[in-house]
Amino acid sequence: MKYFPLLWATLWRKKTRTIFTLLSIVVAFLLFGMLQGVNAAFQQGVNNANVNRLIVTSRISLTEPLPIAQKPLIEAVPGVAGIAYASWFGAYYQEQKNFVFATPVDIDDYLKVVPELKIAPDQVEALKRTRTGLIVGLDLLQKYGWKVGDRIPLHSTIWVKKDDGNSDWPFDIVGTYDFTTDRSQNNGALFNYSYFDEARTFGAGTIGWWIVSVRDPNQSAQIAAAIDKLFENSPDETKSQSEKEFAQSFLKQFGDINFIVQAILGAVFFTLLFLTGNTMMQAVRERIPELAVLKTLGFSDTKVTVLVLAESLLLCLIAAALGLLLASLLFPMLKDYIGAVKLPTSVLVSGAGIAVLLALATGGLPAWRAKRLVIVDALAGR
Amino acid sequence: MGNIVSLRKVAKRYTRGKEVVEVLHSLDLDIAEGDFVALMGPSGSGKTTLLNLIGGLDRPTEGEVIVAGEHIDRLSGAALARWRARHVGFVFQFYNLMPMLSAQANVELPLLLTHLSAAQRRANALTALTIVGLADRARHKPSELSGGQQQRVAIARALVADPTLLVCDEPTGDLDRRTADEILGLLQVLNREHGKTIIMVTHDPKAAEYARRQLHMDKGALVDGQQVS
Ligand SMILES: Nc1ncnc2c1ncn2[C@@H]1O[C@H](COP(=O)(O)OP(=O)(O)OP(=O)(O)O)[C@@H](O)[C@H]1O
Ligand SMILES: [Mg+2]
Repeated sequence: MKYFPLLWATLWRKKTRTIFTLLSIVVAFLLFGMLQGVNAAFQQGVNNANVNRLIVTSRISLTEPLPIAQKPLIEAVPGVAGIAYASWFGAYYQEQKNFVFATPVDIDDYLKVVPELKIAPDQVEALKRTRTGLIVGLDLLQKYGWKVGDRIPLHSTIWVKKDDGNSDWPFDIVGTYDFTTDRSQNNGALFNYSYFDEARTFGAGTIGWWIVSVRDPNQSAQIAAAIDKLFENSPDETKSQSEKEFAQSFLKQFGDINFIVQAILGAVFFTLLFLTGNTMMQAVRERIPELAVLKTLGFSDTKVTVLVLAESLLLCLIAAALGLLLASLLFPMLKDYIGAVKLPTSVLVSGAGIAVLLALATGGLPAWRAKRLVIVDALAGR
Repeated sequence: MGNIVSLRKVAKRYTRGKEVVEVLHSLDLDIAEGDFVALMGPSGSGKTTLLNLIGGLDRPTEGEVIVAGEHIDRLSGAALARWRARHVGFVFQFYNLMPMLSAQANVELPLLLTHLSAAQRRANALTALTIVGLADRARHKPSELSGGQQQRVAIARALVADPTLLVCDEPTGDLDRRTADEILGLLQVLNREHGKTIIMVTHDPKAAEYARRQLHMDKGALVDGQQVS
């Protein structure tokens, strides 16, 4: 594009000002990338949720246990294909910040209900043979440099062992799993419910929540209602939700992340709009005589308008590209907290879209002013 | 030779609130192809206004402006812009160069509107700079050039697209005598040797002597014309 050198020279006319404007846009887009990345990672979890599954928790709260005796009753509900359970274990490794999502399961039930979870058959057998066996997600194994055969302690913040009154639970790593449909879940661990239930000081015979697979996802709502009806007015009333609803309400516990992210970004871009808009306006005001000369030379009103818009587009796109690049470099550092490794492409695409909108919004008024500029008045300084 | 500029009963009025000011009164003017006209007159007599009408920067309130065979008072904004790019080169008192562009890039600006390739644009700009004697300053920014040199760059920019007509509004108004003489000599060469039609507004009688013809304006009307050389 032959106008590029002209655009480029114009953009860098006031170097310091351009650099500061550029930096503020870069920072805004860095923030945008990181926050939207986190948001998207959480939403990804919701979207990856399986529609074939229901999560049944206590009506009272997510952490309230349910009796294992409910199992045959739920199993008998028409449309239920399989049932498994899991429990909060509240584990960390060595230090409190090393949270590990480890849950006691009945491995056969669990694999039936969660078939996307892949474990080598001999390792499943090893888990069944080994009371203190632990199947570790591939990412978790890598994170701490564990190997199959290692004996490691996990500290439970909830459960104390009967025999020694200790909260450090020893485990023997007997295998690994790969959650093929959502690798962000590869940082958990599974172990034998039997070990857990026998060893803990209280709560025997209870589980944390049920995972129920249904034959027909279209029937999910009816089946959920039927399960809840089953335990109505019992001491252990339940709340059944699709895995998706569950993921969503689980997220809500931390606050409406989506809303918070949008609110912060809204404020940031609102400020940016005025900052950049003002800079652009100032730049155009200073250049009125030059714009008049361009028109004198035969540049049409439209061409001058496009040049001003293109300048603002150039500035916003360069800054957005830098900001998003930084964000995609920094984003993997959040892996431990949110599980996602790569800044989702959707964030980059929407970032580019926003950069264009920002350019049009901030360049619009100056461009309009440039278009309306009357040559003879501008030349005479009127 | 035919007339390159014909003004017929041209009036220009400005409205300020309820007050109407007539700046040009029913003015007739013919300028032949290849002429070099100096337009003189007291400040506020309407010289710039007239020049802007001839150069297609402004439109008359009444009357016809026919330049290079076109009724430019009838052209739309975009068509008028195209017409200017094709037919008119402008030189101003304060040079009006782009401060962030080199002399070369300034001269190339009008060529961006043509279909010339980048190499041709560069070559033509260098030729124009050579004509004004500034080929060795092609890479310099306007701030690195003297006033006279900046005006030469402006003349090169006005020339580069080979216009039918050069329109200069007090081109030496900001220059000392010697530099002014150099610039005026250059304009004279462009007129005599390159056949460019030139219309120049000036306050300086010495400058006007470089022209073939002097026109005098007073209060929005041409008073008399006299032939020089
Ligand atoms: N846009 C405008 N609105 C109102 N009046 C105007 C406008 N443009 C020019 N005038 C008036 O028209 C008259 C002629 O102006 P013009 O600029 O043509 O004078 P000039 O002969 O070039 O003067 P100078 O020698 O000082 O450059 C002046 O009185 C000026 O105030
Ligand atoms: Mg004037």
